[in-house]
Amino acid sequence: MTAWIQVGLKPTVLDPQGQAIQAALRKLGFGAVAGVRQAKVFQVEMAPGADPAEAKRQIERAAREVLANPVIEEFSIRWEE
Amino acid sequence: MQIGVVVFPGSNCDHDALHAATLASGREAVPLWHESTDLQGCDMIILPGGFSYGDYLRTGAIARFSPIMAAVAQFARAGNPVLGICNGFQILCEAGLLPGALLRNAGLRFVCRQVHLRVESTATPFTGGCRAGQVLQVPIAHGDGNYYAPPEVLEQLERRQQVIFRYCTAAGEITAAANPNGSLHHIAGICNAGRNVVGLMPHPERASEAGLGSADGLQLFASLQPCR
Repeated sequence: MTAWIQVGLKPTVLDPQGQAIQAALRKLGFGAVAGVRQAKVFQVEMAPGADPAEAKRQIERAAREVLANPVIEEFSIRWEE
Repeated sequence: MQIGVVVFPGSNCDHDALHAATLASGREAVPLWHESTDLQGCDMIILPGGFSYGDYLRTGAIARFSPIMAAVAQFARAGNPVLGICNGFQILCEAGLLPGALLRNAGLRFVCRQVHLRVESTATPFTGGCRAGQVLQVPIAHGDGNYYAPPEVLEQLERRQQVIFRYCTAAGEITAAANPNGSLHHIAGICNAGRNVVGLMPHPERASEAGLGSADGLQLFASLQPCR
C-alpha cells in the first residue's frame, strides 16, 4: 500500500516560486499558462500486512502534524494498492 | 545569568551565539546538545541560526521534534526567557511557541547583508535595555525569512504589541525598500503572548563587537543584566 501525500501552500499564501516558474513558462512561449502553484509530493510505502484502517489513521496524522504546516499549507492524500 | 545555546545538527551560528552570550553576561555560556533533555540549570536559552537538519521538509520542521525541544517548551511555558535567532525563530514557529511561519523570501534569493531594525517594544527580556524606536544595525543571512501570519493573527500581534522588531531605514522609517524579504508588516521579530519568547530573523550575535561592523546586537543578550 502506498500513500501519495501532496502538500502545497494555502491559496491565500503568496507563492513566489510558483510565480517565478509561471513567468519562465510564459517567457518560453507557453502562452496558455495562466497560473502556477508549486507543491511537493511524498510517496510513503506502508509495511506489508499493515492494517489499512490503522495505516490511514497514521498517514492522516503524519500529514497534519509533520509533513504540512497548517499555518501556511494544506494537504491531500491519495492511496494506491 | 547562565545562558545556554542549543546545538542542532546543522546549526552554524552556535559558537557566535555562545561568544556574544558570554561577552554580554560575563559568564561562560554553555552549549546544549539537541539529544539531551537537560537544560543544565540555565536561566536563558538561545536557539541559534543555521540549517538544522539541512532545512529538510521545511526550515525548523524536524528540529522541533528534537528531545531538547520538549524541555525548551516547558522552560518557555514556565515564563523563562527564550531567544530564537534566524533558524531558531523558524524552529520556535514550527514548535508553536511563536505564531506564524517563515516563507521563502519574496525575491527568492538568499539575502546576506546589513539591515536596520526598529525596536517596536522594550517589554521583553531581550529588549528591556533598548529604547522604544531605537534603530539597530544588524545583519541578516537567510533564504526563508518572509514572515507570514493569517490576518487575524497579525491583527492580534499588532494589538498586543507583540511585534518587537521591524525592518526600517537607517533613520528608522518603515519603507518597502527597507524590507529585505517581503515580510508582512515589515516584521523582523515577534514575541509570544507571555512576552518571554522572542524570535527574530536578523543575527544580533553577528553584531556583538565593533570589529564586526556593529555592536548593536549585544544589547539583546545584555538586556537582562548590565554588561560587566
